Amino acid sequence: MTQFLSLADAVGQNLKHSDIVAFEGFTHLIPVAAAHEAIRQGIKDLTLLRMTPDIVYDQMIGMGLARKVIFSYAGNPGVGLLRRMRDAIENQFPRAIETVEHSHSAMAQAYEAGAAGLPLAVFRGYKGADLPKVNPEIKSITCPFTGEELAAVPAHRPDVTFIHAQKANRKGDVLIEGIIGVQKEAALAARRVVVTVEEVVPDFKGLHPNLTILPNWTIDAIAVVPGGAHPSYTHGYYERDNATYLEWDKISADRDLFAGWMRENVLEVGPEVFAMRVEGLRS
Amino acid sequence: MTEFTATEMMTIAAARALSNDDVCFVGIGAPSAACNVARLTHAPDITLIYESGTIGTAPDVLPLSIGDGELCETAVTTVAVPEMFRYWLQGGRISIGFLGAAQLDKFGNINTTVIGDYYHPKVRLPGGGGAPEIATSCGEIYITLKQATRSMVEKIDFFTSYGHGNGYDDRQKLGITTKGPTLLITDLAIWKPDPVTKEFTVVSMHKGVTREMVQETCGWTVRFADHVAETPEPTALELTTLRDLQARTAAAHGGTREKADA
Repeated sequence: MTQFLSLADAVGQNLKHSDIVAFEGFTHLIPVAAAHEAIRQGIKDLTLLRMTPDIVYDQMIGMGLARKVIFSYAGNPGVGLLRRMRDAIENQFPRAIETVEHSHSAMAQAYEAGAAGLPLAVFRGYKGADLPKVNPEIKSITCPFTGEELAAVPAHRPDVTFIHAQKANRKGDVLIEGIIGVQKEAALAARRVVVTVEEVVPDFKGLHPNLTILPNWTIDAIAVVPGGAHPSYTHGYYERDNATYLEWDKISADRDLFAGWMRENVLEVGPEVFAMRVEGLRS
Repeated sequence: MTEFTATEMMTIAAARALSNDDVCFVGIGAPSAACNVARLTHAPDITLIYESGTIGTAPDVLPLSIGDGELCETAVTTVAVPEMFRYWLQGGRISIGFLGAAQLDKFGNINTTVIGDYYHPKVRLPGGGGAPEIATSCGEIYITLKQATRSMVEKIDFFTSYGHGNGYDDRQKLGITTKGPTLLITDLAIWKPDPVTKEFTVVSMHKGVTREMVQETCGWTVRFADHVAETPEPTALELTTLRDLQARTAAAHGGTREKADA
């Protein structure tokens, strides 16, 4: 059953050193405030799972939280590369990281398999591609009915998944609308689930009946963090802060600039700053 | 006729390749511009799909990312990412995948993963995202690319997305049933695969382009078709549509770019 907690408690009670953790969101609804709390709490040796590691994973890697990253596209969307992640891969700074690389299709279906309690995902993928040569987790399987050779990857089973959502009701059911990404699958594949939300409402009366993605008994903790997806966006609440994505390219290019930015904007502040950051972006 | 740039010619030539009946998986950048110019000119009912799950989207400005809110707001429907890859892409519902490339070879094989050795890269690129399966599950693949010897190479460093392998019937040998790359549009020319060898061959050059210009900016020895046509110049409508789209896009993201450049 879900508990409504402060963000510090929600993260502190659910994320441990060496966990496999997913902070999922596909461009939309990225749980940035939760990831910043993990950075503040100094969690170490994480295996970071995500289809599209973006600037918040760049920040976690740059702060040395990760020992391994499992991903399918590592970029600053529409801007360029993740420079802290590259520094870790190319120069082992601030520490070496292991990378396990997949395609989007494989990542999405590995979450589905995890949610379905299956050990693997089977799909028609990777034909002719070089990724199976560098990722030993990509194997093949023969269909027992047709004889077709198909790709197989192990199911994702995160210790904990963090997502951000528009609303929870008082009972703790969670609603998402807009680009819904892979969050439902990532949550149901995980052993523990933490959700940050824009707001809590009494109930979901009058809203579209299919918008609840997770009932309260699938969630361990909910923390209310208005603006908690910034600089990504929350459909119906505030827009994507493209300027911050563009600025990140410069901040992340320099180790000292990065360290200063993290101190000022993450380490020395709390989750309440997110509401201010989206003030000018509200629709 | 109004003056136009090589990039504008590339985008417009790519837009012309799309028809009203196409269901197109759109990559960000030049493919996104081309697909939306097609939609705003000769193909108003084209179905544009972005991998974030938006199906039948009609954005007023070009998105900065594949998941901009406007893509969802203007879409016929938005589905979960696993559904996008299972039902729609793997299910064979998408006729054309429109891809760009960091490196491309003459058989349409694409690298967007890494320049140099995978474990000790010269440049670590973002990776494949949806492209490994887009390349094999869409009915056919169109590619846009600005010509340069560093991107059009004899041998790509990493097979992110499979084209025609080493040519001939390599795709079929791997059990792939889709057509693969059938069209390459660059800032200088239009290329199509040879029906037998599957090597990209220049079938049309844009106005003012010479064979030497095509060869100098290409890392392999270029084959030209027996008859090389001249690509028709952009029409006034095509140019206006593209420039208006880019102006709206610059205005929408413009403030943010200025802030970032400050």
